[in-house]
Amino acid sequence: MTEQTPQPDPEPSVLDRMRERLVPDGMPSDDRGRMRMVMDSLILHIHPAKVEVSTLKWTYTWGLGGLAGLLMMILGVTGIILINNYTPSAPQAYLDILELNSNVWFGELIRNLHHWSANLLIVVSVLHLIRVFVTGAYRPPRELNWLIGVAMLLLVIGANFTGYLLPWDQLAYWAITVGTSIISYIPLIGNWLSRLILGGPEVGANTLLNFYSMHISFIPLLIFGLMSYHFWRVRKDGGLTLPKKAESTLDVKPERVTTIPHLVRREFVFAIVWIAIILVFAMLVPAPLEGIANPDMSPNPAKAPWYFMGLQELLLHFHPLFGAIILPGFAILAIFLLPFFDINLASVGVYFRSQRGRSLTLLGIGLALIATPIWILLDEYVLNWNAWLPTWDMLISNGLIPLAVILLPLIFLDEWMHKTFQADTEERVLFIAAFLFIAFIVLTVIGIFFRGPGMSLNWPWAMPVH
Amino acid sequence: MSETTFPEKNLSRRDVLKIAWAFLGGVALLETAGVFISYLQPRLAEGEFGSIITAGLVDEFPPNSVTHITNGRLYIVRLGDGGFVSIYHRCTHLGCTVPWDQTAQKFICPCHNSQFDQQGLVENPPAPRPLDMFPVIIENGEVKVDTGTILQRNHTKLHR
Ligand code: HEM
Ligand code: HEM
Ligand code: FES
Repeated sequence: MTEQTPQPDPEPSVLDRMRERLVPDGMPSDDRGRMRMVMDSLILHIHPAKVEVSTLKWTYTWGLGGLAGLLMMILGVTGIILINNYTPSAPQAYLDILELNSNVWFGELIRNLHHWSANLLIVVSVLHLIRVFVTGAYRPPRELNWLIGVAMLLLVIGANFTGYLLPWDQLAYWAITVGTSIISYIPLIGNWLSRLILGGPEVGANTLLNFYSMHISFIPLLIFGLMSYHFWRVRKDGGLTLPKKAESTLDVKPERVTTIPHLVRREFVFAIVWIAIILVFAMLVPAPLEGIANPDMSPNPAKAPWYFMGLQELLLHFHPLFGAIILPGFAILAIFLLPFFDINLASVGVYFRSQRGRSLTLLGIGLALIATPIWILLDEYVLNWNAWLPTWDMLISNGLIPLAVILLPLIFLDEWMHKTFQADTEERVLFIAAFLFIAFIVLTVIGIFFRGPGMSLNWPWAMPVH
Repeated sequence: MSETTFPEKNLSRRDVLKIAWAFLGGVALLETAGVFISYLQPRLAEGEFGSIITAGLVDEFPPNSVTHITNGRLYIVRLGDGGFVSIYHRCTHLGCTVPWDQTAQKFICPCHNSQFDQQGLVENPPAPRPLDMFPVIIENGEVKVDTGTILQRNHTKLHR
């Protein structure tokens, strides 16, 4: 018997082999099918195939996480375009921005888009954090995603801060000077660290280069990496938390629908509407730009970027070690640790935990709205620990004493909640958080609108023009 | 019964190798970190702020005067007794440039209203310490300042 050599298949062409790799199951025969295949495989990388109906409700998440993701994308795209018209050296950086605003097609629009998206992202991330907090959505098993979220929020602030210096105008120069000086108050390593970040004793050419490289490589890489993980964890943790009504005993029957089209359609409309809003805003409102940076002349008043104005206001009342390091440090630590001591699974998905939680939140907000301005006025015009205790170290007279003056009533309030209203842990956490957050907002608003030359208190409408 | 025996600690060859590898890995990590941190250290060029600069002739500064030397980021203060003090113009609070207010005879910071007297001592917080100084060198009738050496004064009490 003669061995018969198997007849080789007719050799497939290179094109056929490429197609074979790209679509192993063969192309659907009609156009609709083909479109659908591409879209589906893309979308189902991020989304599960089915989602819970109740989580689609717009008034549960307010679409805030999605909006943050959209803003990230806008920032990435506009940022990469901006690189082409920007030189990170002084004074060229400033001239480049002028050039961008006057001589580059759509240059000003791209800059405005980047600028306003960046600022909106801070607001949206914080609102998203609040949504997750008041619905208790960070409780087991979602602690890790909360931690990742907090890390992303800090990175978003870092991206905003490093970006702020890049236009190299007076606003940028002094805001970054004030912001980075805070670092030198860190005990022991402060001076060394601040020199390392600034690349010298003060903000200068090296600082611009350092910030630029952080802004376009290290920080975006970290953010986009963490963001992918954040999205994946939402799936991994079993999708979103389910919205519930306070004190309702009946369990909503879970009902699942396909992601396409139910979720995707909503996301699409949401994204289109927000892109339109941001675009119109960026066309109408130019990003601020002042004169070129001048290290010999601090403007009066010199203000930090708006998201740090609450901190700057604290700094007017506290020794910098307290105002800039200890208090914010504790606040961030507390936010990180929240999901580990607020763990009542029963109220996950209920806005404000319970009926009582709702009232306590309102109480916290109201108290903060009243107490914070009173404290600021007292500290500005009446209290003067330095003068009353001239021989005491400023760390005590301007640090520990005002801190005690604030903390003692707060501890008393917390006890009162506990005793009088029988508030449990989760409601007390809610109350304290509402109080502190609103107090911070009031500080921020006063810093932005009520501080004039020499950082004196003024009515916004009576502000002297300089 | 009452005798306590310590369990014999057996180190197998595998364990020793494991520890050695972990140790080497740790050293490599530390070295890498060291390289990065040294690489990122501030780079200072000759002749810039940070070197010795000449502020002017001794006679150009009348007693009881304060002169802003902008390229050195400093003030030359000539005291009533003829002595020289050189003060860094950077506020010790959060780094703003502090102008000299001729009428008030004080340094008044525009950022958070810290005030300092002619020698840079704190008259009004929030600044936590006096303005920093540089060493002054008088040579051949010229006033020179070593801007590479920042002298911090660490009193935290008020001077009135
Ligand atoms: C979370 C992401 C980001 C945030 C929050 C952010 C924030 C900012 C801010 C606030 C500015 C100053 C804008 C101005 O007032 O002119 C800026 C400028 C800039 N950013 Fe970003 N950015 C982000 C991502 C990126 C990325 C990914 C790139 C590029 C790869 C980039 C490149 C630039 C460039 C080149 C400038 C200078 C041009 C200018 O000042 O308009 N950014 N950024
Ligand atoms: C900065 C960029 C961020 C992006 C792009 C982002 C994106 C998202 C998205 C799309 C969701 C799905 C549900 C929703 O929209 O609410 C989500 C959920 C979640 N996010 Fe974020 N997020 C960010 C920041 C944060 C921050 C700052 C925190 C908290 C500190 C956080 C904690 C969470 C948690 C715990 C969930 C699960 C909520 C639930 O299951 O109900 N995220 N995030
Ligand atoms: S920077 Fe001078 S008072 Fe704050």
